[in-house]
Amino acid sequence: METELTLRIDGQDHHLTIDTRTTLLDALRERIGNTSAKKGCDHGQCGACTVLTDGRRTLSCLTLAVTQGGAEITTAEGLGQDGGLHPVQQAFIDHDAFQCGYCTPGQVCSAVGMLAEYADGWPSAVTEPGTTAELDHDEIAERMSGNLCRCGAYANIVPAVQAAAPRREGTNAGGAR
Amino acid sequence: MKPFAYQAPGDVVDAVRSVAEDPAAVYLGGGTNLVDHLKLGIVSPDLLVDVTSLTSAEITDGDGGGLGVGGLSVGAAVRNSDLAADPRVRERFRVLSQALLAGASGQLRNMATTGGNLLQRTRCVYFQNVSTPCNKREPGSGCSALAVPGRPAPTHDGAGWTRNHAILGASEHCVATHPSDMAVGMAVLDARVRVLGPDGERVIPLTELHRLPGDAPERDTVLEHGDLITGVELPPMRGRSAYRKVRDRASYAFALVSVAAVLDVADGVVRDVRVALGGVAHKPWRATRAEEQLRGAAPTPANFRAAIEAELTDARGVDGLDGGNAFKIPLAAATVTAVLRDLAASETGDPR
Repeated sequence: METELTLRIDGQDHHLTIDTRTTLLDALRERIGNTSAKKGCDHGQCGACTVLTDGRRTLSCLTLAVTQGGAEITTAEGLGQDGGLHPVQQAFIDHDAFQCGYCTPGQVCSAVGMLAEYADGWPSAVTEPGTTAELDHDEIAERMSGNLCRCGAYANIVPAVQAAAPRREGTNAGGAR
Repeated sequence: MKPFAYQAPGDVVDAVRSVAEDPAAVYLGGGTNLVDHLKLGIVSPDLLVDVTSLTSAEITDGDGGGLGVGGLSVGAAVRNSDLAADPRVRERFRVLSQALLAGASGQLRNMATTGGNLLQRTRCVYFQNVSTPCNKREPGSGCSALAVPGRPAPTHDGAGWTRNHAILGASEHCVATHPSDMAVGMAVLDARVRVLGPDGERVIPLTELHRLPGDAPERDTVLEHGDLITGVELPPMRGRSAYRKVRDRASYAFALVSVAAVLDVADGVVRDVRVALGGVAHKPWRATRAEEQLRGAAPTPANFRAAIEAELTDARGVDGLDGGNAFKIPLAAATVTAVLRDLAASETGDPR
């Protein structure tokens, strides 16, 4: 069944008539021409399709596009500003944090969302309860566990994410939604 | 995927009516399980009713709502990540925050709702593979974990891959486990589930929400078609709590065994104790036999172990192509003993 919808992607509105079965991932790739979000498993197990929804990292393959009217979607393609790279993107280059690159846009979006969560004081499964976590290897590995890299570039992904971690400044990861 | 209509009604009563009137309608929450099932062909609804903006996304103190000081009321649309990070949950209900953080991934926790998490379905590989018989997906078709039709009779109990299957409360029709960590953390807290149905609102103890499979494994819960979970109430808790999850990967994997526990020690004896197990049954398993045995007893590792071994008297492993799941029985005993031992040590200030 078709429905009309406006998706806001990387700051730009796209008016679409889509089948209700269309995932956000397929709408991005097949309808809007934004192929930065990748289709890995298409079942929410690999993280390659990660985007930011109102600043939060989510999986576009398990999101029906029809539910996203009014949401602000940011893909890896829209992370940078004024033609420059986002600091997390630059850190991935500086640390050679990829091999084939297929998982990289999802890794980058996930890292951006994760760093915002961390800045807001969110704990992880390896955070000692009642303490404030240092963003060390174990914390990054746990918080990024939803993003698989089949090349096994984790040895460089973790340092890249660590290098991109800002000082504890609140962004809006914990905002109401 | 079969075509479906999509509705986002402005009113929760309208939403309940829409689903109750249409046997092929379902609610849509965060979608992390349902959208996957649509793709896999496990379900084929003709109408999706989006309730993510209809039920509350707030976590409120229970003082005014009859819950008692220290209690919390959690709206069904509260995302798993928000519930895990809420300072009140971390302070008062550590077991629940830890359970949530042990589940899924950062992305999925940002999407998944409280109500949807409770209603997620088993990750049994045969349930998720429409080409294999499964009594839960297709009643009467058989259980591929227990016996594969057409294959020579196995010389052991099991015939399929059973590593992630149940050791408690299973039936000849189904040995699937409930996959939620959050539900185990809530079961141990004596949480109550608020449900809105066509005939009005009611409250169900969380431990009575999920069913054992019996001869109707297609029914995960006691909810009727059209019932909508609107929230979860967490009564105040006394004592210390913790969640520990054992799995095949360090992160982002379902539990082989998980343990949620609350321990309250006074005057050298156990004043109250509550234990729930995940990954072992068709529902979060409250270890009531162990709890009864421990109340009033000394909080020693020997007593903890004896109590959980009493609880596991009825546990039974299922053989399988992967070596079966009998290993979960000693694993559950050891994990419960360790969690209670650590809680007791932290109560008395012992260093471990």
